[in-house]
Amino acid sequence: MNIIIYKEQLSKDVFLMRISAPLIAEERLPGQFIILQTNDNYGERIPLTIADANIEEGSITIIFQVVGKTTTELSLLQPGDYLPALVGPLGKPTHIDNFGKVVCVGGGIGVAPLYPIVQALKKAGNYVIIIMGARNKELLILENEMKSIADELIVCTDDGSYGRKGLVTQPLEELCKQAFKPDMVFAIGPPVMMKFCSLTTKPYNVFTQVSLNTIMVDGTGMCGGCRVNVNNEVKFVCVDGPEFDGHQVDFDNMIARLNAYKSFEKKKMKCFVEDSFKQKEVLL
Amino acid sequence: MSESIKEKIENEAKNLLNTYLQSGEDLKAKERTKIPCQVMINQDPLIRRYNLDEVALGFTKEQAQLEAMRCLQCVKKNCVLDCPVNINIPGFINHIAHGNFEAAIKIVKETTLLPAICGRVCPQESQCQLHCAVGKALKDVDQSVAIGRLERFVADWERETGKKVLPDMKAPTGKKVAVIGSGPAGLVVAADCKREGHHVTLFEAFHKMGGVLRYGIPEFRLPNSIIDEEIATLKDMGVELRTNYVVGRTRKLTDLIEKDKYDAVFIGTGAGLPIFSGIEGENLVGVFSANEYLTRANLMQAYDKEHADTPIFSSKIVAVLGGGNVAMDSARMAKRMGAETVYVIYRRTENEMPARKEEVLHAKEEGIEFRFLENVKRIVGDTYSCVNSIECLKYELGEPDETGRRRPVEISGSEFMQEVDTVIVAIGNGSNPLISQTTPRLKVNRKGNVLVDSNQKTSMDRVFAGGDIVLGAATVILAMGEGRKAAASINNMLLHDIQIEKAELQEVYNNALDI
Repeated sequence: MNIIIYKEQLSKDVFLMRISAPLIAEERLPGQFIILQTNDNYGERIPLTIADANIEEGSITIIFQVVGKTTTELSLLQPGDYLPALVGPLGKPTHIDNFGKVVCVGGGIGVAPLYPIVQALKKAGNYVIIIMGARNKELLILENEMKSIADELIVCTDDGSYGRKGLVTQPLEELCKQAFKPDMVFAIGPPVMMKFCSLTTKPYNVFTQVSLNTIMVDGTGMCGGCRVNVNNEVKFVCVDGPEFDGHQVDFDNMIARLNAYKSFEKKKMKCFVEDSFKQKEVLL
Repeated sequence: MSESIKEKIENEAKNLLNTYLQSGEDLKAKERTKIPCQVMINQDPLIRRYNLDEVALGFTKEQAQLEAMRCLQCVKKNCVLDCPVNINIPGFINHIAHGNFEAAIKIVKETTLLPAICGRVCPQESQCQLHCAVGKALKDVDQSVAIGRLERFVADWERETGKKVLPDMKAPTGKKVAVIGSGPAGLVVAADCKREGHHVTLFEAFHKMGGVLRYGIPEFRLPNSIIDEEIATLKDMGVELRTNYVVGRTRKLTDLIEKDKYDAVFIGTGAGLPIFSGIEGENLVGVFSANEYLTRANLMQAYDKEHADTPIFSSKIVAVLGGGNVAMDSARMAKRMGAETVYVIYRRTENEMPARKEEVLHAKEEGIEFRFLENVKRIVGDTYSCVNSIECLKYELGEPDETGRRRPVEISGSEFMQEVDTVIVAIGNGSNPLISQTTPRLKVNRKGNVLVDSNQKTSMDRVFAGGDIVLGAATVILAMGEGRKAAASINNMLLHDIQIEKAELQEVYNNALDI
């Protein structure tokens, strides 16, 4: 168990891994996540959404962006290596139904968790329009996969290096303005993107589901580190979420909480890089 | 406690014990009560507030013998009645008094498998020691025989001298028991069912075993090495250990029975759902549940800033809300994590505090400041949503409430601001909803606690529960007591199953012979 079966670099900092986890593969549903550690003694526990699963192979797929020490360590693992700790599936699954016309917005790495949701929505008979956004062409992931299932696909890049130039909120607003407006919007991506997608759809009264990725320790409701204000009520992302009504989420508070350990994380990363260089020097 | 005082205490005990031993006579009750209470040697507060090492260092052999000699070996044995697992207390203490530690630990382990843990964290002053005849005679519960410390002494003696042996186990029965949660209740069930010869799988959601003993109780009160040792014993006994396994998510409880063919399931998932008070500002950066703060520090080892990847908030002024043992643990941990000032804010007075007296004393020695008859009205943040102060309100004590404790009444207009950068909320835990949410047939009460009968059996066939998931937030020893009871019920049920199966087999055999 927990052996890395396959690894692929999707863009500069983004990796895809298929990991053997038969129990999780069998139980997981769209919207759920796992928590993993690259070291089960001193390592931290990081939540990552399950992008796909294969019951026959007994594997799950994760897609992650290298942002700190643990994701860097993870990216250095090779097929055949194994993860000392992997737990899941956690969180409530996405509520899938035939909503009608659905717009799915994925920003950056958020396209990964969106993928299984899009698959399920399509299967449930929805008309699915996908808006994918990234800072530049290099950072776009899963475009072919999305293209193959979407009824309409709109790609945006911040710098205009591919697709439309601009933010995902522009096409989202255009779609909301249409006479036949969307019945439902799913938005997954950086917190700021989800915040502005929610602000975009609010005036048009289009229900917008967002998937939050807050700081977590246990992922089972025990620590409360992941809590967010939703409609002025405290909710735990790990057991009440990770998906919430974007119009009711206090994104500013959530973003502030996400930054609680930024300086520590930067310092850890710096030490890690310096140590790896030192080790390389010794080897050379 | 400085080295010289430590030596002095040790030497005094040595000399005193010699005097008694040389006299060679059996002591009379009156003489026994005159033996001075032995003082637990503690790490110096000025030093220990900067380290994670255990605070209480334990009795020396001589101290243990002297303390044991204080026991009157009374016939009534009130101490045993007040022990949730009914340890034969006078029995093991008598052996210690005669220096026969091996016999002593054998008696203790007849009823508890985790004496090194119980000896450290049980609230003895409100259980066995509360009704001790010596304490009664001296009109002071603090003068009772130090039963807990003696229990700890023999457990440590056994471990340190390598005398530990595996408990006797019956031949394999082929029956399978699933134990969900590796906290105190689960550990007891795992051991008790394994001893009867059943195959036991112990499931734990975290990456390390031990439950609240690991993530909640800090190293300075219960060293991880002791938990490791107990887990290793279970492993050596043949208990299957499965970490990173969330029953209710990784697999449904019903699947354990239907698909994985477990013959019995024990739910011991604890009170893992932190309660927040709902005041303004509780989601600001710098506000933590005690669970989160302690889990980061203990389980994730954030105290070891050089090695640990899990961060812990660096604080200067901390306010801990609550007055229980978890509040004490949080406050003392915050101090060790580098906080300059730590306030414990409690709306009643010291007399009503649920925390153990010893923990409060230790906290005070370590420089924790207690703010009684105060409560936090709201938490205030800066422009970055980080805590910078709390608004407090003063209280006075009114009439007693239904629990007999005098009710705190707020003094209107007494609001004042207090600068802090961290708030740790330690006002209790609800029951974790993961299993009940995914197991609709399992009956729970309004608070989410699993309902059980007097045999710890739940509303579901073959499913038992115990510990905090049943009791709400309680103590380690009560959880162990429930675990013991549940294990007995499971063992009875499985024995009954085996008898029926045997009878059926016999019938098949007999029928075959007839043909």
